[in-house]
Amino acid sequence: MTINVNPPVAADTTMQMGPQDYIRRSASSVPAPARQLEPVAKLIDVSKCIGCKACQSACLEWNDLREEVGVNTGVYDNPHDLTPNTFTLMRFTEWVNPETDNLEWLIRKDGCMHCADPGCLKACPAPGAIVQYSNGVVDFVKENCIGCGYCVKGCPFDIPRISKVDNRSYKCTLCSDRIAVGQGPACAKACPTKAIVFGTKEEMKAHAAERIEDLKSRGYSNAGLYDPPGVGGTHVMYVLHHADKPSIYAGLPDDPRISPLVEAWKGVTKYAGLALMGFAAAAGFVHMAVSGRNRVTVEDDEEARRLAERAPGAAPLDPSKEPSA
Amino acid sequence: MTNSWTDIRNTDLVVIMGGNAAEAHPCGFKWVTEAKANRGAKLIVVDPRYTRSASVADYYAPIRQGSDIAFLLGVIKYCIDNDKVQWDYVNAFTNAAYLVKEGFTYQDGLFTGYDAEKREYDRATWDYQIGEDGYVLMDETLQDPRCVWNLLKEHIAIYTPEMVERICGTPKDKFLKVAEMISECSTPTKTMTSMYALGWTQHSKGSQNIRSMAMLQLILGNIGVRGGGMNALRGHSNIQGLTDIGLMSNLIPGYLNIPTEREVDYATYIGSRGFKPLRPNQVSYWQNYPKFFISFMKAMWGSAATPQNEFAYHYLPKLDLPAYDVLRAFEMMDQGQMHGYFCQGFNPLLSFPDRGKITRSLSKLKYLVVMDPLETETARFWENHGEFNDVDSASIQTEVYQLPTSCFAEDEGALVNSGRWLQWHWPAQNLPGEAKHDTWIMAQIHLRLKKLYQEEGGKFADPILNLHWPYADPGEPTADEIARELNGYAVETLRDPNDPTKVLVEAGQQVPGFAALRDDGSTAAGCWIYSGCYNQNGNNMARRDNSDPDATGAYLNWAFSWPANRRILYNRASADLDGKAWDPERKLIEWDGEKWAGYDVPDIPPTSNPREVGPFIMNPEGQSRLFSRGMMRDGPFPAHYEPFESPVVNVVAPAIRGNPVARVFESDRESFGDADEFPYAATSYRLTEHFHYWTKHVWVNAVLQPEFFVEISEALAEEKGIEKGGWCRVWNKRGSVHAKAVVTKRIQTLMCDGKPVHIVGIPLHWGFTGAAKNGMGPNSLTPFVGDANIETPEFKAFLVNIEPSNGPATA
Amino acid sequence: MTDGTMHGHNRPAPHVTKADIDRGDRLHVGREVIVDRYTKWARLNHWVTAISLILLALSGLALFHPSLFWLTNLFGGGQMTRMLHPWFGVVLFFSFAGLFIRFFRLNLPAREDAQWAARIGDVLKGNEEKLPEVGKYNAGQKFVFWAMSVLIMILIASGLGIWEEYFTQYLTIEQLRIAVLVHSIAAVAIICVWIIHVYAAFWVQGTLSAMTRGTVSGGWAWRHHRKWLRALAAYGKRDDRPDEPKS
Repeated sequence: MTINVNPPVAADTTMQMGPQDYIRRSASSVPAPARQLEPVAKLIDVSKCIGCKACQSACLEWNDLREEVGVNTGVYDNPHDLTPNTFTLMRFTEWVNPETDNLEWLIRKDGCMHCADPGCLKACPAPGAIVQYSNGVVDFVKENCIGCGYCVKGCPFDIPRISKVDNRSYKCTLCSDRIAVGQGPACAKACPTKAIVFGTKEEMKAHAAERIEDLKSRGYSNAGLYDPPGVGGTHVMYVLHHADKPSIYAGLPDDPRISPLVEAWKGVTKYAGLALMGFAAAAGFVHMAVSGRNRVTVEDDEEARRLAERAPGAAPLDPSKEPSA
Repeated sequence: MTNSWTDIRNTDLVVIMGGNAAEAHPCGFKWVTEAKANRGAKLIVVDPRYTRSASVADYYAPIRQGSDIAFLLGVIKYCIDNDKVQWDYVNAFTNAAYLVKEGFTYQDGLFTGYDAEKREYDRATWDYQIGEDGYVLMDETLQDPRCVWNLLKEHIAIYTPEMVERICGTPKDKFLKVAEMISECSTPTKTMTSMYALGWTQHSKGSQNIRSMAMLQLILGNIGVRGGGMNALRGHSNIQGLTDIGLMSNLIPGYLNIPTEREVDYATYIGSRGFKPLRPNQVSYWQNYPKFFISFMKAMWGSAATPQNEFAYHYLPKLDLPAYDVLRAFEMMDQGQMHGYFCQGFNPLLSFPDRGKITRSLSKLKYLVVMDPLETETARFWENHGEFNDVDSASIQTEVYQLPTSCFAEDEGALVNSGRWLQWHWPAQNLPGEAKHDTWIMAQIHLRLKKLYQEEGGKFADPILNLHWPYADPGEPTADEIARELNGYAVETLRDPNDPTKVLVEAGQQVPGFAALRDDGSTAAGCWIYSGCYNQNGNNMARRDNSDPDATGAYLNWAFSWPANRRILYNRASADLDGKAWDPERKLIEWDGEKWAGYDVPDIPPTSNPREVGPFIMNPEGQSRLFSRGMMRDGPFPAHYEPFESPVVNVVAPAIRGNPVARVFESDRESFGDADEFPYAATSYRLTEHFHYWTKHVWVNAVLQPEFFVEISEALAEEKGIEKGGWCRVWNKRGSVHAKAVVTKRIQTLMCDGKPVHIVGIPLHWGFTGAAKNGMGPNSLTPFVGDANIETPEFKAFLVNIEPSNGPATA
Repeated sequence: MTDGTMHGHNRPAPHVTKADIDRGDRLHVGREVIVDRYTKWARLNHWVTAISLILLALSGLALFHPSLFWLTNLFGGGQMTRMLHPWFGVVLFFSFAGLFIRFFRLNLPAREDAQWAARIGDVLKGNEEKLPEVGKYNAGQKFVFWAMSVLIMILIASGLGIWEEYFTQYLTIEQLRIAVLVHSIAAVAIICVWIIHVYAAFWVQGTLSAMTRGTVSGGWAWRHHRKWLRALAAYGKRDDRPDEPKS
């Protein structure tokens, strides 16, 4: 009996991605990689998405995550937010198009955007907890994660979540373990309508262009690709019917970039702070060298004794106790 | 489906009405997105709710549930009025020109021959005028007032856009937009596909909902062509197989009938199934009925079925009623007339209407045997689960046996998809615990019964003692053996009738297809329509060649499609009277001067003259029916009837409640509610996250949609003071449920006949077993009413009331 | 009672009151003058604060700049560092609160503080003669005290907000970003203040004993906190021991 589902990885598949392909490594530096991997991207065509949550299901299954069974809060979004076990989430928005007065049910698959300029990585203090491969995948290495939550502050898309169980940060890995052996992300594989597709970034951009043309022909004159330049572009991109208004899609940032606060924190503060502390310490040494210690003199002691002895409550002077010179 | 899932990518317009393909058939829906992406196809969704399908539609129009016939007849009228008819197709392939008997009329909502007492029609006048030559009379000029076309025009005259708005609540401009988009498909080069499901079937006039669209598709010339068709999206992965195999009280495999008690012998039975052609040169394929029937009898009883004993015809049960359908079965349990129930792969406590009645009925059984891979609510119907199953366990004496079975992923065999593809699959893992294959259980029951009869004797033991049981291990027939039996084999060596020296099939070998079946007992076949699935070439269902020459979507070498590996039924209709494709871009089969050939298996004999032989080979006319003769119990044309529980009266025929011939048990009448007490129009449906009552046992699915809810409009929520995400209570005379409230813009208040109609949507996936939160379902509220033709319960349109609540009391 | 002629400075002695001394302050007059400056509880309190501040600085710096991440090894790795740091903060907060209650009264501003501060150049040069007489704390010490107080409040408030395990869910991400920036700036500031504090204690000979033994020499008090010494002499408790003062 032959069971042949999801064909196994071909025997000659070589490791297509590994630590040798890091181009960034949090709180540390990496040597320039010997090769440049072809940049990859996941394209999420919101106009094709039917909100079936197969991607969510596939993500839970592939990553062996066990989310809690929650409750209904009056919407279809379940769980209600990304969690350490929910790397991807369908977000449903009922939006009345003011131009047509028609309802549109906007369904967006939320998850890590794999920014070319990842705020999480910038914010991360733990060496090697966040890495970026030359193909664009931004991955969390949980062994190195210390659970500080700085990545949460660094991310312009509100993606990473810290587990209360093991105090480590989690997010979509773009199925780096699958990509590494030549397969696409689990969500893309599960998507029944090919609303999620995966390939090289160039291919995905070309595919998106076709989709946008189709959408424009259907009256969505503002259809477009979401590949925000503020974060250097992303390796998860959206085709939006209303690309002029990303925020109607459950708060997708209109113009995401790493927050100036994070830039200040991880930029000038980090260097100026260290310099300032070093300067303070150095100033002490210099001062010491120049002016020497501030010593108490014999005269000071003498004066103190005199003051003490003449004080109202002092015992009568005993000349024999006069200190000898 | 007349067509296949993969063929949907060939369409220009997808109309989803009476279904929610994106939600309930997300994998099949991929072909809609393919059509949209690759052909620029448009998608129209007409539904009471703005569904997940609507979210990707080009156009959405709301409609009140249970008013689809008015909408569709309105579209037909629009097409006829605006001359958006594919005339060549209508003239060539439909019965538009046929003359109907004098005496047939439609008045005050009723056709000729109604008997209010029996809730039944005398259908004598619902027929053609037959000439002296035995063929039907027709007027090809369509001038005769008795021709089908003129009767149709007369019948639909009232369904103006204004009337559609009045009945359906669909704003006139939206209706007209939909009608206009549909009507554009009347050209030979544009096709529309209809995708529907239980949103059309689960009504007291479900069959007529489907007929309405089928008629529209015929008028547009969209049947038998690529990208067209009537495409029923089946609700279970193998429910098509269930109907094919005839798991109905009135059917035997391959859509053959169980005899009625009036058909006392084979001659009487087969005499009423002559299917003599009604037009010259027609195939009238049911003329082969005896071959299929006798081959079935040979498969059942082997050597005990002989010409001398009418091939054991007397072994077959004879029906005293049209059918013992599920509603009747539970009615009989409730009346104390049925004492035992084998429940195999079914969860009636949640699936059948009026849960209170189901619980009552199960409680009256002596024994209940549940065969299921899962812990079902039905198996636990006697257990008290507080508000989620409020029964007095001590008072229930039913003895319940649970026989754990394998699930599909542990089985070998074929599943038949909506597109009639028999796709073989292999087990992914071994059986857990004490689970056994259903075939093992059934075989063991048979063998033990047989032993009891052998040892102790009994009344009429022959059908059991003589059952043909040729399996290598009688205790557990294999899927392979059963598949071979379904395909059929030669009992005796088959010789060419024209040349007896030529052997066609050696005795004991598989027959190539149903064309080889004979009515003399020399062949056996368990299900004639499947014949060809496992022939001398091996198991064709296991084929996995996904090549598709010229990208037609046919995939002829992938699995096996019944009948005869045909992918599109009535494919002769894809070409004109000269045998040329209506649309050269979408050629399916064409006449090359000598024979039919192309991308699909022709459904007419390959050498049939294109000008003589009609495509609709299962009809004695060879043509399709805009007027259905006596085939439908509730009328040869569809007519608008309200659901039994409707928020408005029937504006077409105010005196009539529901479908006048829909099946209603007297005992259930008092459980019906009226709009003054229960003003809100409720409907039930599935959600993508779940599959019926199975996946609540799966942790992941439970996570994705954890808790029972109902959906209401913002207007109704405000009127009733119901909070988004808060609890509410929904009730009618049959029951009461607590649910979380999803307050949504996706449900809008409709104006029907000047009255605002609020809609309450009730999804169906929760119970009291499994990983998801305990909950109730719509069947606590749905009425015990069956469709007039096939007794499908009216799950899609009923009345409720609603109020805010504090949620269910804890168990 | 003072006598301006008894010492070499040509300026009038300031007016002193009993309020210029703390409860535990005491003079020991023997062959040498020894002054009790801090009680053992105050010293314990100080050192708990000091240790927690040092641990905070080390663990905080480890997460502040990658080049200092190796400091996490002191705490058993990154996860432990991340876990411990806020708890150190809690200890610091309560400990410092104790110090605050003990010390805040004599750290309130006094008239001579401005003059002292204005002569910061002389302070740095050690020209004590040119400075006004000051009480138990000079303006520099007061600066350290108040800077610590304010910065610790800022650090504890911002630190609680970004305490991932318990509190981040109550803030928006934008608030978290502000908090983490404020926290790091305040941390740099407090470390600088700490450096000043430690350096001053080291630079001014005889200071450390105040926090080790609890005492300073009379000469130290005379030289650096003459007003305090005068107040002690005038109103303070004293031991006149012909033999050695207690140590």
